[in-house]
Amino acid sequence: MPEGTLCNRQPITTEEQLKLVLNDKGGKQYYAEMEELEVDSDKLWGAIQKTLKSRTKTWLDICAHCGLCAESCFLYQVNGRKPEQVPSYKIQSTLGEIIKKKGKVSNEFMRHCMDVAWSWCTCCNRCGQFCPHGIDMGVMFSYLRGLLYSQGFVPWELKIGSGMHRVYRAQMDVTTEDWTETCEWMAEENEEEWPGLEIPIDKEGADIMYTCNAREPKHYPEDIAEAAILFHVAGENWTVPSEGWEQTSLSMFAGDWECCKDNVANVYAALERLKPKRAIGTECGHAHRATVIEGPYWVGREDGQPPVPYMHYVEWLLEALETGKIKIDPEKRIKEPVTLQDSCNYVRNQGLKNVTRKIIEYIVEPGYFREMAPNKEYNYCCGGGGGFNGIGKYRPQRNVALLKKLQQIKATGAKLVIAPCHNCWDAIRDLEEEYKIGIRWSFLKPLIIEMMVVPDHLKPEE
Amino acid sequence: MYDLLTGPLLWVVFIVTFVGLAVRVVMYIRGLDWKLDRVAYRPFLGHGLKHGVRSIVAFLIPFKAHSWRSRPLFTILFFAFHIGLLVTPIFLEAHNAMLEQSLGIRLPGLPAVVADVLAWTVVVGGVFMALRRIAFPEVRILTTAYDYLLIVISVAPFVTGLIARYELGSYDFWLCLHILTGEIWLLALPFTKLSHVVLFFMSRMQLGMDYGIKRGGMKGTSMSW
Ligand code: SF4
Ligand code: SF4
Ligand code: SF4
Repeated sequence: MPEGTLCNRQPITTEEQLKLVLNDKGGKQYYAEMEELEVDSDKLWGAIQKTLKSRTKTWLDICAHCGLCAESCFLYQVNGRKPEQVPSYKIQSTLGEIIKKKGKVSNEFMRHCMDVAWSWCTCCNRCGQFCPHGIDMGVMFSYLRGLLYSQGFVPWELKIGSGMHRVYRAQMDVTTEDWTETCEWMAEENEEEWPGLEIPIDKEGADIMYTCNAREPKHYPEDIAEAAILFHVAGENWTVPSEGWEQTSLSMFAGDWECCKDNVANVYAALERLKPKRAIGTECGHAHRATVIEGPYWVGREDGQPPVPYMHYVEWLLEALETGKIKIDPEKRIKEPVTLQDSCNYVRNQGLKNVTRKIIEYIVEPGYFREMAPNKEYNYCCGGGGGFNGIGKYRPQRNVALLKKLQQIKATGAKLVIAPCHNCWDAIRDLEEEYKIGIRWSFLKPLIIEMMVVPDHLKPEE
Repeated sequence: MYDLLTGPLLWVVFIVTFVGLAVRVVMYIRGLDWKLDRVAYRPFLGHGLKHGVRSIVAFLIPFKAHSWRSRPLFTILFFAFHIGLLVTPIFLEAHNAMLEQSLGIRLPGLPAVVADVLAWTVVVGGVFMALRRIAFPEVRILTTAYDYLLIVISVAPFVTGLIARYELGSYDFWLCLHILTGEIWLLALPFTKLSHVVLFFMSRMQLGMDYGIKRGGMKGTSMSW
C-alpha cells in the first residue's frame, strides 16, 4: 500500500477528513497504516536539495564529534546518559543518514526517525549554546520534522493538530462563532463583579489587539476573562479580532510549514484590518514564537518583524506594573517559597529573561523567590515541549522527561511554580499528577488579579 | 625529492588550500538564506555582527563560554592542541627560513624550546583526543574511522617533524616525509572536516547573528554563551 486513508502524505484540509482521523481512537489504524506507508524518496531528496543550505549542511559536515553537547541535553541526562541520546548522535543517525542515502531510506527507518524527532528532542535549543561550532540541534530537528511530515511520518495527534489549524485556523475546533460567543459569555459572566467589563470584538484602531491560545476558549475560558479584567483595570483601550485571534501553531511542532504560514498570515491580516497600535499575546511560549519570532519569516517579511509591535504577555504586564497602571497590594504579595519556569520559547529564543524577574520583584515578598538552577537562557525544557506533551504514543517517554524539571523544582524547595507558558504549565501540572511532589503551579494572570489594588470606581456598588 | 616537495608542489598545495578555503567561505555566505534560516541578516546587520563577534570571541577564549567552563580538563587539552597546531607551523624558525628564501619575508621565529614544547603538545594532545574518543561512551558513539583519520592527518607532520629534528634515523627521509605529511595536512583543510578552520567562524558567526537579531539581541539581552 503506497498510502493509507488516514496515514498519508497529504495534509488534512477538510473537516470530513479531520473527523475521520480524529475518530480513529489513539491512532490505532493510523499507526497501522504508517507501517505500510511508502517513502517517496525522490520527493524527499528533492526537498532536501532545495532546502539544505549553508547552515544545516555545514552543521552536519563539520560536527567534530566531540560530544560536548551531550550533557547539555536534559533528555540525555534523564535517560541514564544513554549515548544514543547525545544530541549530535540523534541528528546524525536520523537526518544525517537520510542525507547520506539521498533519501533512499526504508519505512522502518522513517518510523524510527519519527520516534527520535518527536520523543528524543523537544526542540528546546539548549544544546546549541554549548556546541563550539554553534550547531543547534533544535533547529535541525525541526527541519527533520518538516521532512517527516511531508512524507506522512508524523504522530497522530500532530497530524490532527495541523489539520485543525488548516480547517479551523485554530489548534482545536473553535470556530469564529465559538470564539466570539465565549468572549461575550466571559464578559457577561464577570460583569457583576467587574462593572463595565467588556471584551470588545473587532474594534478598529484600538491601542492593543489581544490574541490567545485556542485552549483558552476551549478549556479554560477564565483565562480570557482574566486578561479582560487586567486590561480593564489597567484602563487599556483594547480589542480581540473575530478572525485571526489564535496565535498558536501545532503546525510548527508538526513541521507543516505551509500551514504555519497560513496561520500567521491570518493573524497579521487581523492586524491590518483592525489597525491596532500594537498586539499583545497571551502567556504562551510557543504561540509567541510562532506568531512573533518565526512567523514574520514564514510569511516572507524581510525584516523579520510582525506588522505592528507584538509583545508577549509578560512584557505588557511589566509595563503595566512599571507605569502604575496596575498596582500591587504589598500585603498580598506571595509569601511562600516560589520559583519561576523560564519558557525556552521566549526566554532562550527571545531574551525575555529579565522581564519575568522584574515582575517577580513586584509580586513576591523579598526573600521568597528561589531561582532554579540552571536558569534564564540555560534553563532546561519543562519536559513536554515541542509537542511532546500532547502525543499519547510517547507518554511514557514524556513522563521520564519530566524528571529533570522535578529535580530542579524540588531543589528550590518552592511550593508554587510560576509558569507563564501554557505548555510549561501543562507539563508542571502533569508532573505533579504523576509524581506528587506537593507543588502548585500558576499563570501570572490569576496571581496578579488576586493581589492587585482595584481602584474604587471599578468596584461593584455595594 | 626535497626540491620537488618544496618547489612547485608546495606552491600548488598552497594555492589549492587557500583558494579552496576561500571558496568554502564564499559558498557558505552565499548559501545563507534569510527565509530558510529565518534570520533577518540584512536589515539588522549591526545587531547581527555585534552578537556574531561576541559569539566567536566567547569560544576563542578558554573558559569564557559555558561549555569551556563545564569541562576544564578537556578545555585545556583542546586549546593547547589547537594553539600548537596553528602556531608551530607558522612561527617555526625552519619554516621561516624557507619563507625568506622564496618570498623574502620573515615572521618572528619561535625559540627552539618553545617550538619543541608546542610540537610535543600537539602529539600528546592528539593521543589524548583519540583516547578520549575510546574512553567516553558519549564520544565513542559519535566517533567514526574518519575522525581518527583526521587526527592522524593533523598530527603526522608534527610526529615526522620531531623525528627529523631529533635526527632519529635518516634525516633526509624524515624531512621529506615531514613535508609530504604537511602538504597532505594543508590539502585536507578545504576538503575535509578540517575546513572548520574557516567554517567554525562562519557557523559561530551565523548562530551569533541568529541570537543577536532574533533570539534576544534586540530585546537588549545578550547570550552569555
Ligand atoms: S558539541 Fe557540536 S561539534 Fe561537538 S559533537 Fe556536539 S554538535 Fe558536534
Ligand atoms: S534541542 Fe533540546 S531536547 Fe533537542 S537535542 Fe538539543 S538539548 Fe536535547
Ligand atoms: S514547553 Fe516550555 S520549557 Fe518546554 S520547550 Fe516549550 S517553552 Fe521550553
